[in-house]
Amino acid sequence: MENEAGALSRVAGLFSSRGYNIESLTVAATEDPTLSRMTLVTTGSDDVIEQITKQLNKLIEVVKVLDLSDGNHIERELMLMKVRAVGKDREEIKRMADIFRGRIIDVTDKSYTIELTGTGSKLDAFLDGMERSAILETVRTGASGIGRGERILKV
Amino acid sequence: MSTELTGAEITVRCLQEEGVDHIFGYPGGAVLFIYDELFKQDKVRHVLVRHEQAAVHAADGYARSSKKTGVALVTSGPGVTNAVTGIATAYMDSIPLVIISGQVPTHAIGLDAFQEVDTVGITRPCVKHNFLVKNVAELATTIKKAFYIASTGRPGPVLVDIPKDVSQHKAAFVYPENVSMRSYNPVVRGHGGQIKKAVQLLLEAKRPMFYTGGGVILSNAAEQLAELVRMLGFPCTNTLMGLGGYPATDSQFVGMLGMHGTYEANMAMQHCDVLVAVGARFDDRVIGNPKHFSNEARKIIHIDIDPSSISKRVKVDVPIVGSVSGVLDELIKLLKARKEKPDQTALDAWWTQINLWRARDCLKYDRASAIIKPQMVVEKLYEVTGGDAFITSDVGQHQMWAAQFYKFDLPRRWINSGGLGTMGFGLPSAMGVQFANPDGAVACVTGEASIQMCIQELSTCKQYNLPLKIINLNNRYMGMVRQWQEFFHGNRYAESYMDALPNFVKLAESYGHVGMKIEQPGDIQGALEEAFKLKDRLVFMDFITDQTENVFPMVPGGKGLSEMILV
Repeated sequence: MENEAGALSRVAGLFSSRGYNIESLTVAATEDPTLSRMTLVTTGSDDVIEQITKQLNKLIEVVKVLDLSDGNHIERELMLMKVRAVGKDREEIKRMADIFRGRIIDVTDKSYTIELTGTGSKLDAFLDGMERSAILETVRTGASGIGRGERILKV
Repeated sequence: MSTELTGAEITVRCLQEEGVDHIFGYPGGAVLFIYDELFKQDKVRHVLVRHEQAAVHAADGYARSSKKTGVALVTSGPGVTNAVTGIATAYMDSIPLVIISGQVPTHAIGLDAFQEVDTVGITRPCVKHNFLVKNVAELATTIKKAFYIASTGRPGPVLVDIPKDVSQHKAAFVYPENVSMRSYNPVVRGHGGQIKKAVQLLLEAKRPMFYTGGGVILSNAAEQLAELVRMLGFPCTNTLMGLGGYPATDSQFVGMLGMHGTYEANMAMQHCDVLVAVGARFDDRVIGNPKHFSNEARKIIHIDIDPSSISKRVKVDVPIVGSVSGVLDELIKLLKARKEKPDQTALDAWWTQINLWRARDCLKYDRASAIIKPQMVVEKLYEVTGGDAFITSDVGQHQMWAAQFYKFDLPRRWINSGGLGTMGFGLPSAMGVQFANPDGAVACVTGEASIQMCIQELSTCKQYNLPLKIINLNNRYMGMVRQWQEFFHGNRYAESYMDALPNFVKLAESYGHVGMKIEQPGDIQGALEEAFKLKDRLVFMDFITDQTENVFPMVPGGKGLSEMILV
């Protein structure tokens, strides 16, 4: 969509006014600074998804809409997690992070901050695997998606 | 090298370049520079209303009756919030408007300044698009875009919010001839393959039906529609918004359909085997409950310029996205090239069935009543005006009677708030209609409840000598609310009685108009004739009508179209 003030609120407003739900939404400018790209995750029957697509296309600032789940695609989400890491837990948490190919990007004598990328379900699995009481804080970006192979969304 | 102009000058120049001859508005602090420029010129005539809602309704009536884009000008804050009802009304009925609003200076935005509201935020859900112009250099292009977006594709209102300092700052003025936007390319031509499929279905139909809506009017496609329908010999019904899209006096017209549609139109909708929906959107007041609508196996062809209108409430078999006039042209061309004709035997049997439904005479009412029946007033209005008037209406029972009993043969003659159902629309929209059609007879069919929602506009009518005829069907009730309370709420008439009504005759007179009170059925015709003879005066006609009269037929909410309550 056009990288203009207000474009995001039109999309968000459309979803709330028509009763569609937004599971996650990520948006940032692209290599072309006049354009920004949004990945929005929603759920609904085929009819609802068809309406959402059509309604999004009607928004003046939306340049192109593609249903990524129509074909092969890749999704990634970023999570930052701050955990209490003291004593022998420090080793255990490090191992967990390694298994999930996470990276520890900040360390204090009481905590680790872990960076983890993957699909939403991988991040969920990591969350489930961690001791709840050890989790001090998490922040997730929501999914960004791109088509596999030659499938390209470009203006 | 062009000289630099202020934002206010640019705004007015843009309106001139667009060929705008009338704008409707109300001044205020944030638009003072723009008003100053309007004052200095005479190409764009400003009409001063008494409330911003009326400015937008007037621009709306102007647009609906003229094929042009209507323009309104309001100030920031309360000017905008008052305008919102008008904007939402136009949005629901896809009417091309450009609304120019003042805004507090850019440096004050977000600081809760005097008369500040988030105009772009407040209007976002009820405009086709809106703009906040932060740089005067972008003003001309933005206004050009606004007119382009408002009038193309599925039309709608577009708002341009201009902060006061932007109207003061200077920039070179160049009005672009064209604008192109990579993200806005409305489809015009329908898909050839789909149109061919439609032709095939039309030729194979045994019980066909045309169901046409406001899209026919907006696309100026009434002539093509008449040609196509007559060529095929099929029945045709119009939605409330589509009246006048097909001549109501034509034998193939089966009346309006929907919640208060005719028995024959609704029954034919339920029993047809091929349905052609043209510029109509299957809304809840038109087809009732879609579950009941889908009972009968039928093929649906749907022509609409807005893809999101297709398969929204009802699944269709042949979707055709394109301008109605263009697609109808194509259909006519292809049908002419084909040797086959529709199955005449089947069609005759279908018409026999439809005529049986017609014989039910669903719009009958007590013509011998000693109390004025509202239906009779509309019938007499039709006779006295020779069917040639512009009729605006407010919302409620009177609106339905006007739609049922005034036979519209021409498009853009029936002006009402169909989608939003805005009480208060009738009088100000009639003003806009009169400005667009200075020689036309313009009547506003209203009720004593609706008319009071914008009655202050009687003052505007005096200032500009608008000779409107106001047909007030006065039953001392919010009639449609009363009807629902009678049918569905055990006759408990909660707050629907209109107490403490003014003396409308004196009220009209106090504004400098002519007032009439009509209480006897025998006086209806004479009074209407007298009123329409007063060609240069507004006449407020207060008809005292039967309080208990209801609108029939009626499809209760949530029911199927064939489940009508009949007289």
